[in-house]
Amino acid sequence: MNQGVFFLQNLFNALMLGGLYALIAVGYTMVYGILRLINFAHGDIMMMGVYFAFYTAVIFSAPPLVAAIVAVAGAAGLGFLIDRIAYKPLRNAPRISALITAIGMSFFLESFAVVAFGAVPKPFIQIFKDKTILNKVVMLGGARIPLLTFLVILLTLVIFAVLFLIVYKTKIGMAMRAISMDIPTTALMGINVDGVIGFTFALGSALAAASGIMWAMRYPNVYPYMGFMPGMKAFIAAVVGGIGSIPGAVVGGLLLGFIEIFMVSYFPTMSGYRDAFAFIILILILMFKPSGILGKKSVEKV
Amino acid sequence: MSEEIVLQLENLHVYYGAIHAIKGINVKVPRGKIITLIGANGAGKTTTLSTIAGLVKAKTGKVVFEGRDITNKPAHIVNRMGIALVPEGRRIFPGLTVYENLMMGAYNRKDKDGIERDLEWIFQLFPRLKERIKQLGGTLSGGEQQMLAISRALMSRPKLLMMDEPSLGLAPILVDEVFEVIKKINEEGTTILLVEQNALGALKISHYGYVLETGSIVLEGPSNELLENDMVRKAYLGVA
Repeated sequence: MNQGVFFLQNLFNALMLGGLYALIAVGYTMVYGILRLINFAHGDIMMMGVYFAFYTAVIFSAPPLVAAIVAVAGAAGLGFLIDRIAYKPLRNAPRISALITAIGMSFFLESFAVVAFGAVPKPFIQIFKDKTILNKVVMLGGARIPLLTFLVILLTLVIFAVLFLIVYKTKIGMAMRAISMDIPTTALMGINVDGVIGFTFALGSALAAASGIMWAMRYPNVYPYMGFMPGMKAFIAAVVGGIGSIPGAVVGGLLLGFIEIFMVSYFPTMSGYRDAFAFIILILILMFKPSGILGKKSVEKV
Repeated sequence: MSEEIVLQLENLHVYYGAIHAIKGINVKVPRGKIITLIGANGAGKTTTLSTIAGLVKAKTGKVVFEGRDITNKPAHIVNRMGIALVPEGRRIFPGLTVYENLMMGAYNRKDKDGIERDLEWIFQLFPRLKERIKQLGGTLSGGEQQMLAISRALMSRPKLLMMDEPSLGLAPILVDEVFEVIKKINEEGTTILLVEQNALGALKISHYGYVLETGSIVLEGPSNELLENDMVRKAYLGVA
């Protein structure tokens, strides 16, 4: 394989992985932008979304697309509920209380999954067993790219396009941006702030579930702790890109995807440290540009 | 008085923790008038407006708006009932454009034509906002931000417009302009509750005034009489 082909192959893998990180990272960044809260349960919402898809497909023998839609909707509802039950009562409490609650919510979801779904990994791919078309390989300039990779990249692009339309072109998107600047003044405009916050949780959770489903198509296992590492890396992506900034989450996610894929491909001996790269980047960013690539210098609200 | 009362505060008490910020005030705002609350820093003027707007909870007493008890209703409900607040320090959304800021004010309105008409009206009041329509709110000067904050509140077509220190931090020439505009808005039919440290400016354009000192109303009366009052002249107008 020549250098160009090798690069192309990795480029597509990096785009796919980076896009999946970005989809999760957006959920972290939106919630942080509005509530200054790191929703540590976000990765676990992704995991729940994958289980929703899995069981919808297995129990109701629903077609994959239907299972995916049910799962995305279910995750959105779950995200909304988590905000109502766990975070909303703490809106006026010190920030650390909500943060600890988020960690607790993460443990709860993981343990719940162990109890309810079992700790043994389940093969996700079985729900796509008839969809061998996704495993077809497309030849592109000598590189062999699975159709699935194209599909994931395309879907990610479409989802981001919809997200940007919602955030920058709709009324509720405008309210979301306003809340991230000034909550009391947004309420003075007659806007139900808790409703918009709930919507934000639902939206972020839906994106996480979408990402999780595509993740499970690529790495076809479902298990209760599957959300931990992607969630962690997406969180790092959000911080690296500048937490609170949606374009930042995209940049951070792609950056992490690229570094992970290319480090492993060009330095195969380091592949054991695959998960460490993200944390090294986090440390570097926190040392040299703590506000992130696209983040604004944070001004403490008083 | 046969005039219709839009807003009434009845024996209102507000606490911040252990601090008794508002100590049983009674205020009446008749329809179509400008009523002003004047007083020094810390007298409780902002607290009064925040309590009416639903941002701060009252301990006892009542806020009655158009005959309905709205005490301690959440801020977004109060706004939907027809009360808009121009908050202290303007509080425009710095990362939204001027147009988006105005649309935030009109968030709950469905009448597209009405919104268009009100935009035209606002651009007549403040031609400079029209020139800056696509700029981010945070890039406006202090005076322009104040105009935007007033316009944003007007975009909800309030039955009662409350303003918290609209003249604060503005150049003297702009202060006069803002008071002129408040008068004009009132003459076009909006009832106004105005809170000011600039007692002279506020009393000149208002119909009736209340003087607030450390949470209590110490004096009230028609504004032209307050302007002549010795105590007001000494304490608030700087005239011996």
